[in-house]
Amino acid sequence: MATLEIRDLHVTVDTENGVKEILRGVDLTVKAGETHAIMGPNGSGKSTLAYSIAGHPKYTVTQGTVTLDGQDVLAMKVDQRARAGIFLAMQYPIEVPGVTVSNFLRTAKTAIDGEAPKLRLWVKQMKAAMAELRMDPDFADRNVNEGFSGGEKKRHEILQMELLHPKMAILDETDSGLDVDALKVVSEGVNRAAAGGDVGVLLITHYTRILRYIKPDFVHVFIEGRIVEEGGSELADRLEDEGYDRFVKVEA
Amino acid sequence: MTVAQETAPQSPMTQRPGAKGHTDSGAAFVPDQSRAERLTSYDVADFPVPGGREEDWRFTPVDRLGGLFQVEPTDESRLTFEVFAPQGVEIGEAKVGDPVFGSVLRPADRASAAAWAGAEKATLVTIPNEVELSESVRITMTGDRGSGQRPPRVNGHLIVDVGRFAKATVVLTHKGSAECATNVELRVGDGADLTFVTVQEWDDDAIHLAQNDALVGRDAKLKHVTVTLGGEIVRVCTNVRYSGPGGYANAIGVYFADAGQHQEHRLFVDHETPSCVSNVEYKGALQGDSAHTVWIGDVLIRATAEGTSTYELNRNLILTDGARADSVPNLEIETGEIIGAGHASATGRFDDEQLFYLESRGIPQDEARRLVVRGFFADIVNRIGVPEVQEHLMTAIDAELSLSIGPASV
Ligand SMILES: Nc1ncnc2c1ncn2[C@@H]1O[C@H](COP(=O)(O)OP(=O)(O)OP(=O)(O)O)[C@@H](O)[C@H]1O
Ligand SMILES: [Mg+2]
Repeated sequence: MATLEIRDLHVTVDTENGVKEILRGVDLTVKAGETHAIMGPNGSGKSTLAYSIAGHPKYTVTQGTVTLDGQDVLAMKVDQRARAGIFLAMQYPIEVPGVTVSNFLRTAKTAIDGEAPKLRLWVKQMKAAMAELRMDPDFADRNVNEGFSGGEKKRHEILQMELLHPKMAILDETDSGLDVDALKVVSEGVNRAAAGGDVGVLLITHYTRILRYIKPDFVHVFIEGRIVEEGGSELADRLEDEGYDRFVKVEA
Repeated sequence: MTVAQETAPQSPMTQRPGAKGHTDSGAAFVPDQSRAERLTSYDVADFPVPGGREEDWRFTPVDRLGGLFQVEPTDESRLTFEVFAPQGVEIGEAKVGDPVFGSVLRPADRASAAAWAGAEKATLVTIPNEVELSESVRITMTGDRGSGQRPPRVNGHLIVDVGRFAKATVVLTHKGSAECATNVELRVGDGADLTFVTVQEWDDDAIHLAQNDALVGRDAKLKHVTVTLGGEIVRVCTNVRYSGPGGYANAIGVYFADAGQHQEHRLFVDHETPSCVSNVEYKGALQGDSAHTVWIGDVLIRATAEGTSTYELNRNLILTDGARADSVPNLEIETGEIIGAGHASATGRFDDEQLFYLESRGIPQDEARRLVVRGFFADIVNRIGVPEVQEHLMTAIDAELSLSIGPASV
């Protein structure tokens, strides 16, 4: 059973006005089969946490550790982290001109599994996964994220998660920009992936809306680069009613 | 080989690349002299030997062009000329005095004039009126260095004459080693449809200066494709004019420059006739020390060319340090009565966000870079529309990439 452990994580980013500390000591443990929601106001560092775990070169870890089943994630290159089982569904997925979705998915699958998938089986799998996410089959021939609507990009992220079978899935505001129907479709995708109990989910969100469809086991309140409160799903309901003001004031 | 690094500083002469590249939608660079005033002549003596300061030679290493500014006969003994002619096409010769000889092209620089003087006859490819070829005409010129001190001198003159409502694809390939100057005349008859592909796949020591002139007839379509991969110095000047309204010219190009290579592509679309369309799109990649590419896109919309629509784009991807891409779009507009005129020029390096996205899906960095470069070229390559050229080109691009990135693993 996979365990992601984040200990005292400090992360900075280089800005035009010098180095800026964004994460200030994050502690978090996510085990396979668990769903954790991270909620926090704009700019609190949620995406920074997600990117840092995935290894985006823009962010510098200055202190702390991240391990997956005891393995030092921070020592791994970006692609190695993915092959170790970490998956990041991005808040703003990137367009890759000239690279088709089907080519991209097949290349990624081959890299993750260490061997090319059996072609016929793979095509069937891909089509089925796309159908479940209500994605038109035409998307397979389109360039990665190019001209996709916000909601289509998010579905495409979840499609990748379903096909690549990660151990730890970090979903950065996958719910934003989705209408109610799309939100249901995407949530079902996440629940399907999590159903086997062998994947841990770290769900970053702004709103409680998605938590009606994906039940978190734990909710963490994220303010100014660290977790300031933890609880069960009832905490999300409180946040819905009270907002983050209480925490922000405490911090200030 | 050098490994691509996107953080290292650039040579000061290089176009400053940003992560996303620079897209200039404002006014293009307009030189002092109008493109309309540039000299053309069949007489070599009318063109002084270029010293390198001239507007049209300022990017070219003129001191390395060997004898190409002088008139010299073709070294026939070291040149192989092969023609594959599908049914329906006529292959022949044309000489001075024949009406088709020089009916499209007038030399615009000394090298072209010298080649003109050095070639007594032209190869004439005729597609009669209303004939549609089902297969490509393939012409291959191969220079043989043999044991010679220098590569053989070659003067080329090709005329492609496409009759009314005829349709054809002609692929001209240059291989081997030569000091080569060529003139190509493309006559696209009214309502005709020509795809002309010129492939420069020379050995490392070849020098090639080419002028391609096209005359696009009423309601005719021309697709002019340039693929430049090999050679020490390759310079292809492509000039397009229209002989009637409704003409459509699509000039696309792909180039890949390695260490020490100079690849120069100069386009000039002269809109004199109303209601014509031109679309110019070139993409290039550069890798290795002192790889240099030049792209000049001149478009002139004369006062008479009302209803013109034109767009030109050049994008360069710099894969390693020490490479330099020059890109100069130049739009002159003499009438306000046009449908559209736009241009974009961008030179950049690998986009870190794209690479991160691919790598975050488990794809190793080399593989991610290869995907991005193939993707960069894909839209143009797919528009060539000649399957054998497309496949060959993608294979060639993979081979080029294996120099800077390492061999493909999948
Ligand atoms: N390259 C950068 N330069 C300057 N500041 C940056 C940079 N990257 C991130 N930041 C800052 O770090 C802080 C945290 O950003 P982050 O994107 O992690 O927030 P977030 O919690 O995901 O916000 P949101 O809810 O809006 O997605 C913000 O104040 C942001 O402006
Ligand atoms: Mg965010």
